[in-house]
Amino acid sequence: MDLSYDLLTNAIVAGVLLGGFYAAVTIGISIAFGMLDIVNIAHPAFVILGSYIAYLLNTTLGLDPILGGLAMLPVFYALGALVYEVYYLAFERRGQESLRGLAFFFGLLFITEVALVLVFGVDYRFVEAPYIGPSLHLGFVGVPLRMLVPCVTALLMFGALQLFLSRTFVGRAIKAVSQNALALQLMAANPRRIKRTAFAISIATTAIAGALLIIIQPVEPSVGRDYIGRVFAICVLGGMGSLPGTLLGAMLLGIVENLTATFYGPSWSPAIAFGALLLTLALRPAGILGR
Amino acid sequence: MSNRLFLPAALAFGLILFGACRAVHNDYVFFAGYVVLQYVVLATAWNLLGGYTGYVNFGTAAFFALGAYSTVVLHKLFPLPIPALMLVGGLVSGIVGLGMGYLTLRLRGVFFSIATLALAVVAQTLITNWDFVGGSRGVYIVRPNETPILGSYVQYLFLAMLVLAVIAVATARAIERSRLGYGFAAIRDDELAAEASGVPTLRLKLVATTLSGAFMGMAGAPLPYYVTYLDPASGFSLAYAVNAIAMPLIGGTANWVGPLVGAVFLGTAQQIATVTIESALNLLIVGLLLVGFVIVAPNGIVGLVHGRARGRSS
Repeated sequence: MDLSYDLLTNAIVAGVLLGGFYAAVTIGISIAFGMLDIVNIAHPAFVILGSYIAYLLNTTLGLDPILGGLAMLPVFYALGALVYEVYYLAFERRGQESLRGLAFFFGLLFITEVALVLVFGVDYRFVEAPYIGPSLHLGFVGVPLRMLVPCVTALLMFGALQLFLSRTFVGRAIKAVSQNALALQLMAANPRRIKRTAFAISIATTAIAGALLIIIQPVEPSVGRDYIGRVFAICVLGGMGSLPGTLLGAMLLGIVENLTATFYGPSWSPAIAFGALLLTLALRPAGILGR
Repeated sequence: MSNRLFLPAALAFGLILFGACRAVHNDYVFFAGYVVLQYVVLATAWNLLGGYTGYVNFGTAAFFALGAYSTVVLHKLFPLPIPALMLVGGLVSGIVGLGMGYLTLRLRGVFFSIATLALAVVAQTLITNWDFVGGSRGVYIVRPNETPILGSYVQYLFLAMLVLAVIAVATARAIERSRLGYGFAAIRDDELAAEASGVPTLRLKLVATTLSGAFMGMAGAPLPYYVTYLDPASGFSLAYAVNAIAMPLIGGTANWVGPLVGAVFLGTAQQIATVTIESALNLLIVGLLLVGFVIVAPNGIVGLVHGRARGRSS
């Protein structure tokens, strides 16, 4: 009994740390899908792209992966703005975003993955940083720094984005465009420009999320697929477009997944995310903190 | 051409095709042709739901692999001939399709698509953890080398898939011009308005998801005998889902010709690219073509041809 209590506490702590990281991966989807109604299923592919860029910077320049992710923010921001412009011109303007827009992002996901396979091969890649090996020991609970650093970074990014969205003019405009684009237009603001900014921010978060991913685990191009289900599960579970809901959903999923992996074996954990997603969609599509 | 004439005509065309392939005296034609035909079935099946009713299914690989794995189970218990295996695979995937149809009660549009993706991963996890069918290690299937009438076994598989492809295309064509087809189109254009004007939307959607799933399962059923080694990663490969979406969208989703044209064009191109260039590169080509076509030619190849014909006549 004593042993299983230790195991339980450890699994929950690890789950919370994992959940923080999941929140970093999902926050982009919460903005793009939850607020802008852009079903960017290629989001995890951008995360993997971020991982590989962090890997390149780490192995060639010896740059810390998180610093590498920060340095890449402008590049990913520009990439996001570009993708949105193509999406707007080709689909949103014509009102064809549902079927063809979805196919567009599905294609992007596939292209990114195959391109990474062609360039880097299917070997697992990893980075080196001083905090990847050691752990903290608080009583019987072990806290690996490899998990703690990404979790703290993710929470910082989360807090910054929450402040940005609720306090600044542009942030409020993004929230407004998610509520009523027409009304925003009547206030003489340009919804297209604001959506472009928001989508660019959502892609920019993947530069950081990718760097965090490659700190937590070795990465190969198809790892992204496991995250498609997770990010949408978290986004829907927490409530569309609600950032606190996203954080809550991410923590919940992290804990449940870790408990499953600890007590039943890791090969079952992918089914947890998707099972949770199916259940949420079937029972409460609005999510926990949904509007 | 009426439906009653179309099926025999298509079958006759299929048999001529089979004869022509035999005249080549190279089994590779059958080996590659099988894959193209399999994609004709998958693309047509996807279009029954995606093109006609507008519900985008990302879980093609799940239905396909469930068909394949029901064959694996039967192979271990009591082996059956290929056509019977196709029926069983179709039944299993059809039932899953029916379940997916009930999801549409709560989930419209994008949420449905995400749920199908989720369904695929849950199914893959279940199969991966099921040791009876090999688990994550995969399973070897020993198949006979020869069959009594045709000679080589690959030709037998090819013929079975050919007949299935003809049936799938004929079904799609028949549905398109029936009450059912008009009902599907009404759902695609405006589900609420269709419901309000008395279209039995739920029943129609259940028919679409079940039929679509069943055909995908049937296409997957012979797979273990074709590849002789099957593991979850290859059975549930994302390539099936991408191809099943890319082929109708590139060909054109409006009618039965589109998926057929798309599957033959893209499937053949992939087979050629696999032997001449590299197999990873051919997937890249599919992705690029998909993105290119949805941006530049939203109505696919069929739309382009129609547009040109209309331009000339006016």
